[in-house]
Amino acid sequence: MFDIQTQLFEGEEIRFGPIDYEKDPAIESKWTHDAEFMRLYDIAPARPLSAAMVKKQYEKLEKQMEEDKNLYYFAIRAREDDRLIGKATIQWIEWANGNGVLRLGIGDTEDRRKGYGTKALRMLLRFAFAELNLYRVTATVPEYNTAAIAFLKKAGFTEEVCRRKALERDSRRWDFLTFGLLKDEWQDQVRA
Amino acid sequence: MKDLFRGKLVRLTTEEPETQAKYQVRWQRDSEFRRLADSDPTNVISEKKIKEWTEKRGEDDKPGRYPFSIRTLSDDKLIGFIGLWADLTHGDAWVGIGIGEREYWGKGYGTDAMRLVLQYAFTEINLQRVSLALHSYNERALKSYEKVGFRLEGRTRGDQQREGKRTDTLWMGILRDEWLGPDIQR
Repeated sequence: MFDIQTQLFEGEEIRFGPIDYEKDPAIESKWTHDAEFMRLYDIAPARPLSAAMVKKQYEKLEKQMEEDKNLYYFAIRAREDDRLIGKATIQWIEWANGNGVLRLGIGDTEDRRKGYGTKALRMLLRFAFAELNLYRVTATVPEYNTAAIAFLKKAGFTEEVCRRKALERDSRRWDFLTFGLLKDEWQDQVRA
Repeated sequence: MKDLFRGKLVRLTTEEPETQAKYQVRWQRDSEFRRLADSDPTNVISEKKIKEWTEKRGEDDKPGRYPFSIRTLSDDKLIGFIGLWADLTHGDAWVGIGIGEREYWGKGYGTDAMRLVLQYAFTEINLQRVSLALHSYNERALKSYEKVGFRLEGRTRGDQQREGKRTDTLWMGILRDEWLGPDIQR
């Protein structure tokens, strides 16, 4: 188990940090020009964004964090050089029910399949359960994102809902899946 | 998964407002380009104003607007723009395109960009139809649109005037089933 001295935002190889308005917009703009990343990360139509547009989005995000207090956003950075490699979010928190929705993305193809996602998920789950004290965490995934499905299953999430043929991409319909992880299940994992 | 933003000759991007303004202010001074691409009277606008337009367009979250810039794959040069304005209820969109860099005219760059945007319209925002209009004197454009599968649907006779001559507007469209069909190169 963790104790209060164990750092929440410092992991192996990666750390969680705030937005860097100088450097991050250009990097994320580059990610948005990769249609594959956009289609794996979001079900909304993929769109390239300029750095100026990304910056506006960050401003909106921080405003929402400040005003609604139901959103936590972290820039995932490599510890070796502090470069931005992804983003981790707990959003749409319902405090009364202890529910939150998890989102995780590693932006650059070069940085994928290196274990960054697994390490980031570990940190994000500890934050959700041990700091926000949530009772359950939800993640939604399109059927075509097989890597994410395998990733969530490996992390102990249970497939709970299958909204049949809820998405259309590449001229065919796909299921939209919901996965959940409960605090007790997470605690068992951490103890083991 | 298909690479939505990358074709054979070009890729679709969103440019920084400064970059877009720098190029567009130069393109607009080519009145032949403007007269082919548009029916409004040609005029010249400051770089500052164009930058403001681009910034505003970037902040505009209204659904159904999909503006892109066009860059070449070979040397990453910004050569033009293309955009969809969709009516999401009815699944129809208007498309507009302009290749501002003259040395890229008639070489398939616009056609490649149009193919990408049709793929985007039919497989990413899942529209049923894409529409466009052009000047009857823009023969190069007509050929390109026919090549990607647009069909001529009508002609409004003499509704434009340039250099003292009445000219026609041509109306074209492509349906989802046509685009998905065997005759179209995607």
